[in-house]
Amino acid sequence: MPHESAIHEPAHHEHEHVFIPQHRHHFETEEQQREAGSFGMWLFLLTEIMFFGGLFFAYLLYRNWYYDAFVPASNQLNVPLGAANTAILITSGFFMALGVWAAEVRKKGLLVIFLILTTIFGAAFLGVKYVEYKEKWEKHHIPGASFSISEFVNPPIDAKTGKPGQKPLNVDMAQKTQIFFFLYFGMTGMHALHMIIGLGLLIWLIARAQRGDFTSGYVAPIENFGLYWHFVDIVWLFLFPLLYLINRHPLQ
Amino acid sequence: MAHDASQHYHDPPNITNPEHAEHHIVTPLQYGYVYIALLIGTLLTVLAADQNFGIFNPVIALGIACTKAVIVILFFMHVKYQSNLIKLTVICGFFTFIVLITMTLLDYISRAWGLW
Repeated sequence: MPHESAIHEPAHHEHEHVFIPQHRHHFETEEQQREAGSFGMWLFLLTEIMFFGGLFFAYLLYRNWYYDAFVPASNQLNVPLGAANTAILITSGFFMALGVWAAEVRKKGLLVIFLILTTIFGAAFLGVKYVEYKEKWEKHHIPGASFSISEFVNPPIDAKTGKPGQKPLNVDMAQKTQIFFFLYFGMTGMHALHMIIGLGLLIWLIARAQRGDFTSGYVAPIENFGLYWHFVDIVWLFLFPLLYLINRHPLQ
Repeated sequence: MAHDASQHYHDPPNITNPEHAEHHIVTPLQYGYVYIALLIGTLLTVLAADQNFGIFNPVIALGIACTKAVIVILFFMHVKYQSNLIKLTVICGFFTFIVLITMTLLDYISRAWGLW
């Protein structure tokens, strides 16, 4: 069968279909290489889902066990800052998506600009996070030896109603607010670590994009980094309502 | 290439599969719509949290978050335009995640069964 022998012959002259220098020899076409890359990236993201999933599960369980502590602890978080940060992160993701488009249509200048905008908004997110963490530090709401339960045992009086703004907790339950803050710092901290790693990769990608590495048909690094960046976005889309908005009207 | 191009490949059916042939590029306009949808979703989350829907508050919050996540996955992450292999991979990931959450929760729920 001449057809069979043509397939199994290890003849290298067959490879006229190779167009880009980044094309690896063991892939038959560019598309196959690209799909294999996307597949691998998604497998990595699945391990990330499991990783964050463990944290989300811990949150789910302790929220149900110590709901009375989670509500006033959650209401210590700054909703306007959290909402603004959500918008900032979505904006960063939007520019990342535009960056993938710019690489696809081979516009080097636009790609570099979009990657820089992605970086700026990502850094802005971390800046807001710093302001929020600093406030927790000053109020002794970081779990550990210097954690203060006073605000949960004796909630500040609301000036409008003349009553406490939150339901006062007994000392035992007030101690459980530490679990909320432990999860808050664990989850947002792990999310922030992913952002810091992403920002480092972005700077590397910007330098390579400036050299024109990704605007001559080889889009895979931009595309796969985009997948990572959007995944980090998605984690925050869940963190924001789950941590900041548990119960905004506890006394109604 | 004078004759059938498929015989140049080691695995022709994989290459000639029409699903692999085209590569879709999402336009900036589509990304713009997605961006606006995500911002509206964020606004809705905050507004809904200020209303008292009782036990439905977390349900609504998670519903909006899941909707936003699906939009990001389908369009920003291009899954809508990917091959069935990628689609199946993504679905398997979330399915496995749900299985793990459910099984672990079942354990916690059933440990003290009848003792509360």
